[in-house]
Amino acid sequence: MAENTLLRVEDLKLYFRAGKGVVQAVDGVSFTMNPNEAVVIIGESGCGKSSFAKAILRLLPRNVEHYSGKIYLNGVELMEMEEEEYRQKVRWVKMSLVPQAAMNSLNPVLRVGDQVAEPMIVHHGFRKEDALNQAREMFKRVGVPVDFAERYAFELSGGMRQRVAIAMSLVTVPELIVLDEPTSALDLLTQANIMNLLKRIKQEMATSFILITHDIATSSELADRVVVMYAGQIVEVGDSRRFFNAPLHPYSAKLMASVPRLRATIEPEYITGQPPSLINPPTGCRFADRCPMRFEKCDQEPPTFEKEGRLVKCWLHE
Amino acid sequence: MTVEKQLNEATPAVFKKGKDREVLLSIRDLRVWFELRRFGFGHAGYVRAVDGVSLDLHRGETIAVVGESGCGKSSLMKAILGLHKPTEGEIIFDGKNINEVGQAGLNWYRSQVGYVQQDPYGALPPFMSIERILEEPLIINGVSSKQERRDRIMKALEEVKLTPQAEFLPKFPHQISGGQQQRIVIARAMILQPRLIVADEPVSMLDASVRVEILRLMSALQESHDLAVIYITHDLSTVRYFSERIFVMYAGQIIEKAEVDSLLAKQMHPYSEALLAATSDPDADNALTFKQVPPGEPPSLVKPPEGCRFHPRCPYIIEGVCDVKMPPEFEPVPSHYTLCWLHDPEQN
Repeated sequence: MAENTLLRVEDLKLYFRAGKGVVQAVDGVSFTMNPNEAVVIIGESGCGKSSFAKAILRLLPRNVEHYSGKIYLNGVELMEMEEEEYRQKVRWVKMSLVPQAAMNSLNPVLRVGDQVAEPMIVHHGFRKEDALNQAREMFKRVGVPVDFAERYAFELSGGMRQRVAIAMSLVTVPELIVLDEPTSALDLLTQANIMNLLKRIKQEMATSFILITHDIATSSELADRVVVMYAGQIVEVGDSRRFFNAPLHPYSAKLMASVPRLRATIEPEYITGQPPSLINPPTGCRFADRCPMRFEKCDQEPPTFEKEGRLVKCWLHE
Repeated sequence: MTVEKQLNEATPAVFKKGKDREVLLSIRDLRVWFELRRFGFGHAGYVRAVDGVSLDLHRGETIAVVGESGCGKSSLMKAILGLHKPTEGEIIFDGKNINEVGQAGLNWYRSQVGYVQQDPYGALPPFMSIERILEEPLIINGVSSKQERRDRIMKALEEVKLTPQAEFLPKFPHQISGGQQQRIVIARAMILQPRLIVADEPVSMLDASVRVEILRLMSALQESHDLAVIYITHDLSTVRYFSERIFVMYAGQIIEKAEVDSLLAKQMHPYSEALLAATSDPDADNALTFKQVPPGEPPSLVKPPEGCRFHPRCPYIIEGVCDVKMPPEFEPVPSHYTLCWLHDPEQN
């Protein structure tokens, strides 16, 4: 394995039991990322992007039917690891999560400072006083006034709560932070502030980010690389410059065309039809039914082709 | 190409026909204040959610009200829908002051105004079928013939492109997708053939592609029914495609109003400028720079700052002016208004 790989995921699968059958939320996803890189995962709701985040961090709900694949972090395989070891050595030590609607996931009856300090006590055995000092350091870094540590979540604005959630994910100085829709419930100016903050953290702390979002315009604020998911699979991976200029997969192109733009006059378009059911996904290319470029070959599932360092799962780029 | 140049070259994407027609809705110096009480009694001040808003909406015109949460746009909307009683000021619809029309008049007014909610799933009662949801407003408004009700429901579903209709009628809200739910909300708002639609962030909960679909649908209905639309949003990038004029709200006041192209080309108020600067387009260059964001947060509406309400955050503050006196409305460019001392003709 290349030395500069931080995370390497191979053929990751995560299926859930549901009333009507088995939902193949993440279906054979492979990708790698480098240290100090920001990868954004974009896709519509239900494409499996949040499940992918859960699968990487092994934060699984009870109705898991099938969970397989390989995950290497700095060359260490994680799937074989016992849960207790994983909890002690990986989750929140090497990788942490800013969950969806993080600002509403804070504990309402604990002071926010104590919540940020907790991972240091649990994972690094800090004394409470030292952990609180560490938490205050983190507050400074994410732009929360230090005396807010004494407050409860309801005494803070949405933007401040989001910063606290980011501080909590940062306090153990992990190598990788997974952010699930970090700005979707925030106001415009607050969104811009949070994106500025993430950029600064990336520069100052050399952290890597996986940013999961459906907001493509905002994702371009942080992205080094873009991963597009559709119906439980990765359909395109590329560096952000070339991706935003000209996406390769027809789905990526359609997705980009649906983004309304402030500084251009292109009329946004929508994608006709609906994503397929993940209970019984189609056998060929999963986007074929909605694809304007469909041809005979699309009835078979395309492999992932490499094209000048970009990956695309589409027969057009064979 | 500079941003400004690109914006200048923008062509209007909407069908302009609203202005120069008669006024449908006129709001005069509206104030919606909520009283704060200490221990359940004893006056402790007011939350000035809407503080002196005036606007005219013409027949068949679409306007956008833009602002962040807490700026008073929802309170303004609720006052327009007749859900909040104004503390002061008048709301005049089709020549009638809706605070003086009495209950019968209010029922008539509500049949003239449709409401499209932000969260479609929350807006649809989970225990009612689609048919029942769409039938309810007709029953309440005295459409007694069952056949007529059925016909109007079928037509409404066809207009929001949920066909074949028979397939949707018996379904419950949880059985259809988010985009389809929002179509039902729109159909319900349209079923009494209103003249005004108030849409509160109608697409913010939807996926990008579905957003475009819903906005296009609303645009088509607006044209075919000659509807006036108040589009409330915080997403400036969709405004161009959907409205003729734009009103920017900050701390309970409208601080800038103009035709969309005029405002997108040049923002007269520093707050509008900050909002535009904070809006991203998908572009890899974004990752290379930091965004300029005014410091601080919007002020308390209980005790708003003296003078201009934006002055504590404003990069262009004129000491001794902005922090002392509330700016009146200036019109630096024809039909482009702003509450900002930078555009005081006597100062320049």
